[in-house]
Amino acid sequence: MARTRSPLSLAQRDTLLALGMVMPAILYITLLLGIPIILAVVYSLNDVTTGGTAMRYIGLENFTALLDTPDFMRAIGNTFNITLSTLVGVLVLGTIQAELLMRPVRGKWLIRFLILLPWTAPASLSAIAWLWMLDSTFSPIDWMLRGMGLLGHPGALFGDFDNTFWLGRSGLALFSIILVNIWRLLPLGTVIILAGLNGVPRDIVEQAQIDGAGYFRRLFQVILPMLIPVFGVTILFTFVFVFTDIATVFILTRGGPANATQVLPTLAFFTGVQGGSLGRGAATALFLLPVLAAVSILTLSLIRRREI
Amino acid sequence: MAKLSIEHLSTTYDHGRVKAVDDVSLEVPDGEFLVLLGASGSGKSTLMRTIAGLERPSAGTIRIDGRISNEDPPRLRNIAMVFQSYALYPHKTVARNISFPLEAIRMPKARIEEKVIWAARLFDIERLLARKPRELSGGERQRVALARALVRTPSLFLMDEPLSNLDAKLRHSARREFKRLHQQTGITTIYVTHDQVEAMGLGQRIAVMNHGRIEQIGTPRQIYHEPANTFVAQFMGSPPMNLIPDGDTLLGFHPEDAWLPDTAAPAGQYPLVIAIQQVEALGADVLVYGALAGDGAELILKLPERKAQTLAAGQQRSFCVPEARMLRFDARTGLRIDAPGRPAAQA
Repeated sequence: MARTRSPLSLAQRDTLLALGMVMPAILYITLLLGIPIILAVVYSLNDVTTGGTAMRYIGLENFTALLDTPDFMRAIGNTFNITLSTLVGVLVLGTIQAELLMRPVRGKWLIRFLILLPWTAPASLSAIAWLWMLDSTFSPIDWMLRGMGLLGHPGALFGDFDNTFWLGRSGLALFSIILVNIWRLLPLGTVIILAGLNGVPRDIVEQAQIDGAGYFRRLFQVILPMLIPVFGVTILFTFVFVFTDIATVFILTRGGPANATQVLPTLAFFTGVQGGSLGRGAATALFLLPVLAAVSILTLSLIRRREI
Repeated sequence: MAKLSIEHLSTTYDHGRVKAVDDVSLEVPDGEFLVLLGASGSGKSTLMRTIAGLERPSAGTIRIDGRISNEDPPRLRNIAMVFQSYALYPHKTVARNISFPLEAIRMPKARIEEKVIWAARLFDIERLLARKPRELSGGERQRVALARALVRTPSLFLMDEPLSNLDAKLRHSARREFKRLHQQTGITTIYVTHDQVEAMGLGQRIAVMNHGRIEQIGTPRQIYHEPANTFVAQFMGSPPMNLIPDGDTLLGFHPEDAWLPDTAAPAGQYPLVIAIQQVEALGADVLVYGALAGDGAELILKLPERKAQTLAAGQQRSFCVPEARMLRFDARTGLRIDAPGRPAAQA
């Protein structure tokens, strides 16, 4: 049996195969993530517009100019406000929902299904659905409130107008955005916290019962402290999702009314793409980076330190 | 300090299909150290968990100090429990672990501090008060669990195989500690184990359990020397009791009751002619594995080392067992047939 010499050894062919399989992912990350990030940094340091290909280096002027813009400062404030409010909502409601899912309840499969439902719809589609729910004229929520007598006549709990203008009033619009965000992210938070709850050893909860602790003492003194790593993960995911989210605000309010709900991602889009000022837009978007980096590092170190 | 009274207690799972505890009745007087002894799945842990309130009984009553406690949640039963894993709160220091039960009953802070130090001194762990559980050894964790259990002076003390996680050497000293502790505190204690040596050493009474039922309850001496049936007879003893078929009964004797006579068949002794298959020298004792000449029943004998020096595999030797030390069991039911003058064990 003659032994033919193959041009490549087995190990070399294995490596080529591995490279071939990983290449699409690498191309994707490079072309659609890596290059745009590099471009963003380049644009932010230059005076670039969509009007032409001219690029004039201006250093950090884009950034300093933004800091003098009241709209920009408002956008930073809104972004933090929306993100932190959503975070609190998801943590509190997520814990409550997860606790409920731990109980033996008839029809738990249905409750679980309903709890997970918001997560299954694509973000923009659910935002559009909420657009109708919160419409200034045809809102079903307003219709229900009118029917219950809580809206539409003088002295009513929700005001004497016929409609609540969920997205039309500045304070209420912010509240609506936070509400939709919580609605969308609650399933994720609930599932993560539920996994954490199931990871608490049964022994320890029973020991706390025997030691005389009632429900709330057990929850706050024994169970929740053991869930800190899990909360850390929830915080990290929720923060990153909401902080960088453009879809909800863009679809629901376009940043209005009068910049009341403008957030950094939407401002970057309006400035850079719609407005044409690519340099400014890029600089706006890059403000997200240090905050995200800081939050990630803080949360990850919190998780690691509490590793029991 | 309380007495425990259990009447016709049953705990079932899976809509009654699995009877983990099957119609158990038990009276534990104040201050007694009772051991629940049995193999895995015998129901001993479930029984204890039901007493603690962690499982709901499906029938029967539990009375702690006269009060029917079936509906009471664990925290109202004034019991203390030590789990096999010790269940220390991992994020709390040793001091906070011990003080937790006292915080739960809202004791004033100054008193809590006193009691924590008292409990820590009792178990010699005062220097560990600022540590976290993950920094402690197995023996230290056990002592923290005990300190936490006793800081509150409970009516009832439940322990679920607390020595299983310790290495053999520590188990010995821990056993002595438990006994001393019980003598000192006098708290009614229920101790669950599968280790019969532990049971014999610690228990004032032992309840041997099998398939959710109590096979026999009595003092260690009664359980060992007057087993109520073949299950108990063969559960106790290392090696377990030998049973020889004899008509429709079984003759039982402990391996250590056999001895090598100088003369043939002395009076009052039951003769055993045995073909020796194996001889195991275990230091102080020698185990002799063999078959009875005649019907070939397999037997194990245990002799002191100095009396077994002439024994070897392949021999056929005559041993004997004092007839007074032999027990007779019904082959069909497994129950011991009372020999005249030897009453059955009292529960």
